[in-house]
Amino acid sequence: MSAGEIRVAINSDHDIVLARQKGRLMATELGFSMGDATLIATAISELARNIVSYARKGQITLKMVNGLNRQGISVVATDDGPGIPDIRQALRDGFSTSGSLGLGLPGVRRLMDEFEITSQPGRGTIVAVKKWRQ
Amino acid sequence: MEVPILKQGAVLIATFQAALSDADLNQLRMGLVQQVVKFRSRAVIVDVTAMDVMDSFASRTLREIALMIRLRGAETVIVGIQPEVAFAMVQLGLTLEGVATALDLEEGLAYLNEKFKTTN
Repeated sequence: MSAGEIRVAINSDHDIVLARQKGRLMATELGFSMGDATLIATAISELARNIVSYARKGQITLKMVNGLNRQGISVVATDDGPGIPDIRQALRDGFSTSGSLGLGLPGVRRLMDEFEITSQPGRGTIVAVKKWRQ
Repeated sequence: MEVPILKQGAVLIATFQAALSDADLNQLRMGLVQQVVKFRSRAVIVDVTAMDVMDSFASRTLREIALMIRLRGAETVIVGIQPEVAFAMVQLGLTLEGVATALDLEEGLAYLNEKFKTTN
């Protein structure tokens, strides 16, 4: 584990709160504005919720990342759950409306600057997102 | 962390203290509806000023609370959504459609007073 990397095990709804609090703290320490820190914390909340809802357990890894002339935060949500059979559908708005439990993935994509998803049915899902400091 | 519910006349006021887990939110939903029944309250104000994040679950729970309370013939007002929380909610696609909102507790009470005045 490299310095400045935080891993939060996600096993219950309490861990959702813990993960987003740690994410907000790290974002603030990295100099993100309060607004951006809230966007990051909200994205973490949704990603952690997906883990609890669909895979039951997994983990969230928070890390500082360096880009060209910029710094950012990377959030990686990993689980060994059932996976997403149709990623395209999961990324479509309205597939998970705000009313349903939903995957919330299109929303997470809008909250962050970079978004990558890898999923294999029966093997699990990895969602990796980044936000760069303005 | 449990959400304290204050009774002020015909209005119940629930104040979110900090980050709430799903279990806390579910408990609040049941608690509020029970107390609306018990006290024959006409309105509920949910003050979310201290809330750090309003994700899909929190948003859905608030909407459910408002709908359940409406079925009891009472009114719900959500107050104190912080600007950055509101921004994140909109990005996420959460609109709390059909639920009354107000700037803060004071505005929420003013809104309800106005509403009761016209219905009396």
